[in-house]
Amino acid sequence: MSQTTADALPDPRYAGARERPPTGTTGPWGWARANLFGSWWSTAVTLLLGYLILRFAVSFFLWAVINAVWTVPYSPQGVANTAVCQNAKGIGACWAVIADKYRLILLGRYPYAQQWRPALCVLLFIALYGVSAMRRFWRKELALIWLGTLVAVGVLMWGGVLGMPLVTEDQWGGLPITLILATLGLACAFPLSVLVALGRRSTNLPAVKMLCVLYVELVRGVPLVAVLFMANVMFPLFMPNGVNIDKLLRTQVAFILFTGAYLAEVVRGGLQALPKGQAEAADALGLSYWKKTGLIILPQALRLVIPPLVNTFIGSFKDTSLVLIIGLFDLLTMGTVALSDPPWQSFSTEVYLTLAVIYFVFCFAMSKYSRGLERELGRAHRR
Amino acid sequence: MSQAVHNIPHMADTKAPPAIVLDKVNKWFGALHVLRDVSLTIAEKERVVVCGPSGSGKSTMIRCINRLESHQEGRIIVDGTELTDDTKALDTIRREVGMVFQSFNLFPHLTILENCTLAPIWVRKTPKAEAEEQAMSFLTRVKIPEQAKKYPGQLSGGQQQRVAIARALCMRPKIMLFDEPTSALDPEMIKEVLDTMIQLAEDGMTMVCVTHEMGFARQVADRVVFMDRGEIVESGTPQRMFEAPQTDRLKLFLSQILRGH
Repeated sequence: MSQTTADALPDPRYAGARERPPTGTTGPWGWARANLFGSWWSTAVTLLLGYLILRFAVSFFLWAVINAVWTVPYSPQGVANTAVCQNAKGIGACWAVIADKYRLILLGRYPYAQQWRPALCVLLFIALYGVSAMRRFWRKELALIWLGTLVAVGVLMWGGVLGMPLVTEDQWGGLPITLILATLGLACAFPLSVLVALGRRSTNLPAVKMLCVLYVELVRGVPLVAVLFMANVMFPLFMPNGVNIDKLLRTQVAFILFTGAYLAEVVRGGLQALPKGQAEAADALGLSYWKKTGLIILPQALRLVIPPLVNTFIGSFKDTSLVLIIGLFDLLTMGTVALSDPPWQSFSTEVYLTLAVIYFVFCFAMSKYSRGLERELGRAHRR
Repeated sequence: MSQAVHNIPHMADTKAPPAIVLDKVNKWFGALHVLRDVSLTIAEKERVVVCGPSGSGKSTMIRCINRLESHQEGRIIVDGTELTDDTKALDTIRREVGMVFQSFNLFPHLTILENCTLAPIWVRKTPKAEAEEQAMSFLTRVKIPEQAKKYPGQLSGGQQQRVAIARALCMRPKIMLFDEPTSALDPEMIKEVLDTMIQLAEDGMTMVCVTHEMGFARQVADRVVFMDRGEIVESGTPQRMFEAPQTDRLKLFLSQILRGH
């Protein structure tokens, strides 16, 4: 009703019309008054929680910064003397453990002199994420960039060419393992999941549909830990003698299959949510199945499921830490390995806090990016 | 209630070659018999309006013509090609048959121009520049060239439906199917869509249109086909159908829709 809109607008012709809302209802003070001190008990809760938060923040700051121990003296044999840290326990953090062990945690047992190679791989991965995140790189060449980066990572990690000594997978560890598992895992699981989701919705290929349903239900019904165990313990039993597929590869494939099943259901949710008319319109225009799917259905369906997709991505990224149980040395495993060194055994808080920050940075970046992407892609739909 | 006029073949009154032939078409949804022995021949350049109460099978029939629904018995021949499971034949037919839906079904993630050029570029392999030029000329014809860079969500319902018409026309179809094109529109927007359709009819397009717009039928249709409960009950010129209905079912239907207007 146009009448109502006109009434709601401040009109200077009316007596008493104001140009601004009354003072004290806008700005940070207005917000605080409305939300934090709206009533006596809201004020009480605000003060109580404010006190608790402040106390926690202050004591954390004292522990992590003011009273923290940053370095410890070393004996001539290179053994750390952690007496200072032991004395400060409970009062101040012992960041010296990170200073001492960061290369072991981040890069694992990779030969010390060659550790620039895995370090470079980590940077390559981060650069790859950065490039992939930018929409102006979203074209066919991106696939080549991915291929190139993955080949470069492989060459750097293994070596054996270009004067780099060969380093086998059992010496790999730390962040590169985590990033390899997560990146390859998601990069392969995502296309797989799209195919499985499409297959599961297929009406004229019942065999394909059955296969997809079977795959999803079987894999989803089993914990990841069990899948990893199967890949590493059972799978080699069924292989003929002499055929030995590398442990990292087996784990990687298990991880892809596991993540693929979850992602497939997310993608199927998006396909389900799309109005039937979209497919019909594409059919009526004479688009073939794959053109219809690639140009009309998937761009819309995937956009709809960005939040649950990223949810699964983040979950899978963190799930890579479960390879701990089959003896692959990912980031988390390396943290525990570092803590097995006698002088540092009692400083797990500092190590796990650091690991948490590293995981958080990657996961938060994903979540932040997905929100930006949703906003950008959602623009078209807004009026 | 009188019997349907089964013995009269529902054929065009012209000598023009048939564009669409439906021969004893039957279709079931589960146990529901939705099309019963539907036989209808539509000549080239003929404009046919299909009307009938809801659930009468008129939408299903029109959707069978480009196989959005498949029929189970009988034959459907479009532009000389029979509709079968053969996908090649289906592709050929869909390229020649444009369709406009009740709910527009524009692609919301593409701009108006991209909506119009998508099929010509990917199906007809038209070069992009040529496809865009052609799309602009059709958008001009439906009087919304200035909206080309916008997204469907930014347009009114009437504008969206006109874009949908332009999108179908960009494939240069020989036949246009309209499935209740104005039913989802606000009253003030119906006219702009009907005007576009009238213009199209005047240009000599073969049209099959499911609609309740009797004014449109009177003005444009060569023939009105009345369907009820899955069968064609009666067909004829709009004048004959509206002024001298022969079956009770049509009389009843007309009295019901006229009361509403």
